[in-house]
Amino acid sequence: MSKRRVGARESNTIAYVVLTVGSVVMIFPFAWQLIMSLGTNADVISVPPSFWPSEFKPENYLNVFDRVPFLSQFWVSVGITVIRTVGQLVLCSMAGYAFARMYFPFKGVVLALILAILMVPPQVYLLPQYQIIQGLGWLNTVIGIAAPGIFSAFGTFMMRQFFMGLPPELEEAARLDGANQFQIFWKIMLPLAKPGLSALAIITVLWSWNDLLWPLIVATSAESMPLSAGIATLTSGRTITDYPMLLAAAMMAMAPVLILFLIMQRRVIDGVAFSGLK
Amino acid sequence: MTSSAVREADVAAPAAASAPPAGRGRRRGRSDLGWALVFVLPLFAGIALFYLWPIVRNLWFSFTEWGPFGDSEWVGLDNYIELAGDATMGRAILNTLGYTAMLLCGVPLAIYFASLLNRPGLRFANLFRTAFFLPYVAMPAAISMVWRIIYNGDFGILNYALSLIGIDGPSWLSTEGVALVAVALVGIWISLGFNLIILSAGMKGIPVELYEAASLDGATRWKQFTTITVPLLTPSIFFVSVMTVIAGFQVFDLLYALMGTQNPAIDKTQSVVYYFFTNIKTGDNGYAAAIGVVILLLVGIFTLLQFRLQKKWVTYV
Repeated sequence: MSKRRVGARESNTIAYVVLTVGSVVMIFPFAWQLIMSLGTNADVISVPPSFWPSEFKPENYLNVFDRVPFLSQFWVSVGITVIRTVGQLVLCSMAGYAFARMYFPFKGVVLALILAILMVPPQVYLLPQYQIIQGLGWLNTVIGIAAPGIFSAFGTFMMRQFFMGLPPELEEAARLDGANQFQIFWKIMLPLAKPGLSALAIITVLWSWNDLLWPLIVATSAESMPLSAGIATLTSGRTITDYPMLLAAAMMAMAPVLILFLIMQRRVIDGVAFSGLK
Repeated sequence: MTSSAVREADVAAPAAASAPPAGRGRRRGRSDLGWALVFVLPLFAGIALFYLWPIVRNLWFSFTEWGPFGDSEWVGLDNYIELAGDATMGRAILNTLGYTAMLLCGVPLAIYFASLLNRPGLRFANLFRTAFFLPYVAMPAAISMVWRIIYNGDFGILNYALSLIGIDGPSWLSTEGVALVAVALVGIWISLGFNLIILSAGMKGIPVELYEAASLDGATRWKQFTTITVPLLTPSIFFVSVMTVIAGFQVFDLLYALMGTQNPAIDKTQSVVYYFFTNIKTGDNGYAAAIGVVILLLVGIFTLLQFRLQKKWVTYV
């Protein structure tokens, strides 16, 4: 027995080495980006590469505000993320609950129609979506960018699966006590659904903050773009002259979600795993 | 129009709720039509307006050609015929398939790392998991910036590292043929964490007793990996592969952010979604709509194929 344990520890050494090398590959671009965003342009383009700024220039971060409408883009990102997340939490949990627990005509058909969307790549509906947003006069607005993403087939399916897995006894008791469907949903089921709701919130925040194609289509002015589109258009299609400023801008665009992830990494990873297993 | 329909239904809801179930409700004779409308209609109205209707409309668009002022005329199958002979589209499909194939190479890598992470007695597993997951949460448009520098032909770190072992590396992101590989490597780097988490969760579901029994029988770690871990993990591997194929077919962000619109190699490296985007930006909406339908068919065929093939290799316990 003790011999086996020694053997196990020996081979775990290889695991530590491989995992450490892997982790370095994963983290290096972030670390190097952070370091170089504080340096000079010469540092970035030096050969052999430099791994420490020759001169500290935190003002790179301040320059971002002069070159890009960073604050307005930041608020657009926050706006669309909040609207989509809150919208999905409310709508998907309600519809998911109904699909899991209520009986009504055409339930199967309606659910099938919603699930069919999961199979359809976004490109198939982007153009007509654009026209609807245009028709509503919502181009270049926060609500216009956020609108289609408030309604999620995936979120509905995930919440339905979650509610299906909850024991029905509690609802029965409440129903006998004379509670109506909304009271049962609000007071009993929703508190039980916290893991599902937090998973849904997490994946919606991640997706919404990083989403690029749709914002590039509906937001054309720099001020109305979210950070993802802002950063992408800043670097796409032009020769770059000021690398540290761009790295700083990219750093600032990623930072909110990265910080959120590092604070609640356990929950984020569990949430994503949860959404994947449903 | 839709919003008024919603309001009407909301008003009608309580009335419907008090109506007798008319024998349609199953189990305890209960039908929740009224409440169901309140709960489902807000979502379904949005889904219908922003997804179902657009899908139908897109199909119609794909048979039209658009003028410069948003006017459109019916052209029948012209877009599809043009698409069939469009060399750029053919190239874009090949690129997309190639990218997806490369992305799939990340799956065995993820299985390997997940098996390491699930070793009994491994410390810092949480730390490693966080590190591997970091690229997945990062905004692709933003993290691409640093990759452009790493891949740079003149001063990139990658070429510097290669020069140390005597290799003169290309300008990775602007060399035809090489660029797609470079983009796919970043794609793998991003997706590894997601795959790892899903596979890792799948591995946790494998009973420890199986490994104990196997090691009592003298099976080596590798033997245990191939005879226990991989077969019992096939449902998770299947899920991850399906997700990878879907993500591969959708590749856009990385191409746009890593290569950029002015890149000399982008025409020969672009994916179908990128080509779709280019056509939208130039106002060829009918053509773009047809590309969208082709993407739908491609994803449909490959997903169906995967589900067909799954019977051959996926074991459900």
